[in-house]
Amino acid sequence: MERSQVLEEVNEIFKDILDNDEINLTDTSTADDVEEWDSLTHIQLVVAVEKHFDIRFKSKEIQSWNNVGEMINSITEKIQ
Amino acid sequence: MKSFNQLKKNLKLDFSGKKVVKIAILGDSATQFYSQCLRATGFDSGFDLQIFEADFNQIEYQVLTPDSELYKFQPEIVVIYQSSHKLLLKYNKIGEKERLSLSDDRISLLDRLVDSIESRLNSKIIYFNYTEIDDAVFGSFANKVESSFVFQLRKLNYQLNEFALQHPNFFVCDISSIQNQIRKDVFYQASIYVNTEMLISIDALPFVAKETMDIIEAFFGKIKKCLILDLDNTLWGGVIGDDGIESIQIGSLGIGKAFTEFQYWIKKLKERGIILAVCSKNTESVAKEPFEKHPDMVLKLDDIAVFVANWENKADNIRRIQSILNIGFDSMVFLDDNPAERCIVRENIPEITVPELPEDPADYLEYLYSLNLFETVSYSAQDGERTKQYQTEAKRIIEQDRFTNEDDFLKSLDMVSLVEPFNKFNEPRVAQLTQRSNQFNLRTVRYTDSDILRIANDNTFFSQTFTLEDKFGDNGLICIVLLKAEDQDTLFIDTWLMSCRVLKRGMENFTLNTIVKLAKEKGFRWLKGEYIPTPKNQMVRDHYLNLGFEAKYGFWFLDVDSYIEKECFISKK
Repeated sequence: MERSQVLEEVNEIFKDILDNDEINLTDTSTADDVEEWDSLTHIQLVVAVEKHFDIRFKSKEIQSWNNVGEMINSITEKIQ
Repeated sequence: MKSFNQLKKNLKLDFSGKKVVKIAILGDSATQFYSQCLRATGFDSGFDLQIFEADFNQIEYQVLTPDSELYKFQPEIVVIYQSSHKLLLKYNKIGEKERLSLSDDRISLLDRLVDSIESRLNSKIIYFNYTEIDDAVFGSFANKVESSFVFQLRKLNYQLNEFALQHPNFFVCDISSIQNQIRKDVFYQASIYVNTEMLISIDALPFVAKETMDIIEAFFGKIKKCLILDLDNTLWGGVIGDDGIESIQIGSLGIGKAFTEFQYWIKKLKERGIILAVCSKNTESVAKEPFEKHPDMVLKLDDIAVFVANWENKADNIRRIQSILNIGFDSMVFLDDNPAERCIVRENIPEITVPELPEDPADYLEYLYSLNLFETVSYSAQDGERTKQYQTEAKRIIEQDRFTNEDDFLKSLDMVSLVEPFNKFNEPRVAQLTQRSNQFNLRTVRYTDSDILRIANDNTFFSQTFTLEDKFGDNGLICIVLLKAEDQDTLFIDTWLMSCRVLKRGMENFTLNTIVKLAKEKGFRWLKGEYIPTPKNQMVRDHYLNLGFEAKYGFWFLDVDSYIEKECFISKK
């Protein structure tokens, strides 16, 4: 899967979980850029992404990403 | 079942008009998602759950400190979640001797917690039992080692049940059973726990919230009372009209086993007080034949309160069953293997519960187990008699048709009523009636067993319970009046409720005669009544008006001195 497609699908997951259609993620987006994205909803996002791509993140990874791009990297590594 | 994410969308909806209930949630692990999920699940059941969530790991502090936030909040229900995981962490740190008493120690802690709550709040407690963790230190041999974690955990779950037996306001929420159902690796996700201290996975949350909600609904009388059954391919394999009694599948062979075991389940429900009815597209005599003659039928005609078999539309037939039983559609469950019939019933009677039975009858039971349709918060030994009472009611209806004059009919019944205050023998039935009665219930105040005991010992209350027996049989305890002395002249009718089984028998007149007499004996001048409307108690809106009470200041008053005894055909036993 193309990296851009992964980003697009992750964007859809964010819209659904955070219930906000205006979200437009880029590699450099962080939790500060998205109002509803906090430590609690982060967990929901993680679980939804895991389910969508049928992957499991390592415990360490879950809090390690500095931005969306790093999260996408973790995903693409696993689905390659 | 809706996912957590779908449920969460409920939180943004309008909760107005829903039943407000105050709930406190105390956990030894993070419970934020659980709280959200419970509130969202409540929305779908018509509740506006106002939740106080204690800070993480504050169970003992909140419960044992008299002026804690918990007590300031004054919840109606306290949910306590002490997790197996935290229990294991504790176990890891203690020595052999303490390990041996892990379960006992937890129960004595619980005893202190429950004591403290009961002394400060009149609330119900929902306590999660312990999901299994096998720490694999001993393997299966753990079952022979008393100090092993596995041994202690299972002992604890058993002791919890014993504890619940002793504490009427304490209810176990069986999350251990949920973990068995959805698998441990679904229930618990280690990476999420490591990052958040949450021990229930996002996928498991809706199950745990539903299990909690089922108990809460039962507290408020939202329970299932009746199971309506299709016959062909639901109770037995095959079509009785086409295949004949020799060829239908039931018994110990092949798929017949599935139907036999299914019938045993239904029989157990009947024994625990669920009313059974049949609704089948068949010729009545043909439909009844297996019940009468097939040696492998578990269910007999005696087990069925109302038997409807004809070629009419099932929705109409269910309405007929409802009018005979006189209970709400929302307390009925309809089981039918045919998706088209299910659809017709669901569309015409939206309140009724119609499970989507799996195609393979072998799967019926496991599927129905997973729905937990018949949650309850009370059980008394007489519950099993209920079917018989509804059957006699059907006989009375037929008898009534012989009389043109209502009074002659009532006289012919030879009715007697036993009148008694609350006591330890009738307390379970009294509590249960206050929880179950929705229609003939003036104020719809719900009481638990322990409330009833408290009231029985409180001399500002006067309680009266009534049975009704006639030549067809004994209806048992069917009416409750609870009076509270407001001042030296006035007796307030806190509760007046009656089972709808005994409507139109003059029981209201008999009841009023009895309580007026009691009021006079105790030196009161006024009976004061109140009607609190609910979506279900329309039928008693004019109850006090019809009985001659006068409206004043939003209440209803009756002067007992000028009361003229009302005519009725019931005598005191």
